[in-house]
Amino acid sequence: MSLRTSDGSPVTGAPVGGTTDQRLVTRKRKNFLGRQPLGLLFSAPYVIYVLGVLAFPLGYAVYISFHDYFFTAPGVQVDRPFVGLDNYITVLTDPAVQRSFANIGVFLVINVPLTVGLSLVLANALNRVTKLKTFFRVSYYVPYVTASVAVVGVWLFLFQQNGLVNAVLGPLAPNPSWLVNSWLAMPTVALFVTWKQLGFFILLYLAALQNIPDELYESASVDGANKRVQFWNITVPGVRSASVLVTLLATITGANLFTEPYLLTGGGGPDGASTSPVFLMYQMGILQGNPDVAAALGVVLVIGVLLIALIQKRLVGGKED
Amino acid sequence: MSTLNKAAAPNDKNHGSNSAGRGPGRLLGGRRTEGSGKGSEPASGVEKRRNLGAGGFVLLAVGAFVFLFPFYYMFIGSLQTSPDTSVAGAFPNPANITGENYSNINNSINLLQGLVNSGIFTGGVIFFTVVFGLLVGYALAQMQFRGKGLVFGMMLLVQMIPFQLLLIPLYVMIVRDYGLADTYLGMILPFAINSTAVFVFRQYFMQLPSTLFEAARIDGASELRILWQIAIPLVKPAIVTAILLTFIGPWNEFLWPFLVTKDQSIQPLAVSLANYISNIAATASNPFGAILAGACVLAAPAVALFIFFQRQFISTNIGSSVKG
Repeated sequence: MSLRTSDGSPVTGAPVGGTTDQRLVTRKRKNFLGRQPLGLLFSAPYVIYVLGVLAFPLGYAVYISFHDYFFTAPGVQVDRPFVGLDNYITVLTDPAVQRSFANIGVFLVINVPLTVGLSLVLANALNRVTKLKTFFRVSYYVPYVTASVAVVGVWLFLFQQNGLVNAVLGPLAPNPSWLVNSWLAMPTVALFVTWKQLGFFILLYLAALQNIPDELYESASVDGANKRVQFWNITVPGVRSASVLVTLLATITGANLFTEPYLLTGGGGPDGASTSPVFLMYQMGILQGNPDVAAALGVVLVIGVLLIALIQKRLVGGKED
Repeated sequence: MSTLNKAAAPNDKNHGSNSAGRGPGRLLGGRRTEGSGKGSEPASGVEKRRNLGAGGFVLLAVGAFVFLFPFYYMFIGSLQTSPDTSVAGAFPNPANITGENYSNINNSINLLQGLVNSGIFTGGVIFFTVVFGLLVGYALAQMQFRGKGLVFGMMLLVQMIPFQLLLIPLYVMIVRDYGLADTYLGMILPFAINSTAVFVFRQYFMQLPSTLFEAARIDGASELRILWQIAIPLVKPAIVTAILLTFIGPWNEFLWPFLVTKDQSIQPLAVSLANYISNIAATASNPFGAILAGACVLAAPAVALFIFFQRQFISTNIGSSVKG
């Protein structure tokens, strides 16, 4: 359409020279599509992608969750009646779903504090270390950049009944072993995810630590505050906004849990002790052919995460937010 | 053309000095400092604070051990003829070393084909991200057009959409409606343009002085040519960062390609290895050896890439990767 008109050189015909800048600006203001309407064309592929592949499915998920939806062959027109909250009731009354949410609760209670604490302490030490700094930084993010599937393999090996971990623990080894013990399966998964993601959160904290002015530490040490006091009174409050972000992202990661229970505990075993909501979505929606119920579960899960995130923001963010 | 080059030259210098001080834009909130401080330690005033006690160093070392040991153990385990899970088994034992696990896993899943599939999946995502991301990133940073604010807001919002909500509708659309099951396109589509990378591009383009682009426009250069000949050469580091950031997603992604591929000849390595772990491993003679051999093959490219480009992968650059 009108994009064509100023394609290429929007300023063609304007006298060349520095002083004409002002006139140029006013002239181009008149253009309805802006000074470089070509920008619309440049943005178009991205906008189409976002609308088609992300925004539309988002609405579609909500639509599916309120209808009696089932899979059909492509192009077949069938009646998919509106069923109101039926799918939500099915989801919320399903004991397996309740179990999976409880599992995620256990996961978050272990994973989130551990992640926040360890990544802050390690980032703080990493920020001060002068020797081997690059080595430490790289070794911390190696698990983060490696595929879950690959590291799951070695964790299975380490934590199996006769694995190295139990060999080291000797008589202290749990029985039944970690991943087949209904009390320990979920905590082990939480530990795995903490280990896997920690490098990313360390990098986030490292970035936040750069924003704390050195003068604060200097004047604190002049005043005789020791390292511990400095850590609690300067570092921790100084990275509060990063802590909010880390808490939030760790929670979202936890809610997205799929690969780990699928592979580490053979699909959420033992006896559903480590099933996750996303795993149930896969099971109900795709294996059992109930996409409507699965979509409702997805919506419930996202609302749950949002609520938790709001509470966390209050708790971690303090009064300033 | 000659003016165009002249305009670019002084600004090239300008950009160099700018990036050290200002970093890629205000939104990243000065996160640049960590990266630019690399190599040369900051001024002497920091000395006191930087002084990490022995306890802290031990902590870091223990941490590094915990992070690296599983990788070492993965490699050692992949070479063992029979799995030795005793403490002694953590050390290489010449009598118990074999390359057989690699050929065993290769007989069950075609490792090379898996790597190629992972490569096509990842490469496709990187291709779309770089091509379309550079276009929209440049437009958002250096062009004035109607709806720009809307596009920018959209880019920020999109990063907060949780994937689990899209799982079912995307599956319905891509697999059922469009019939893209067992195709590379079906795998790539949901990840095609990484919004975090778009954000990184925009931040870097923002740093470039707008007078540079005004000058080129006055010279009559088309926007596409300005982007290709002036803007892109100035943001090469951003492209490396964006490629690294984007790489992690599809290379390690399991759930989505697992859902859309049933045909082993098109499965990325992560999916075929996972299927091996959950289905076939039980029947193998040395299942862990084979699993760990596959895991090494899957992990090696990513680990090598990130060690090689570690300078580009610093907190600065990933600080914004808020992907749910």
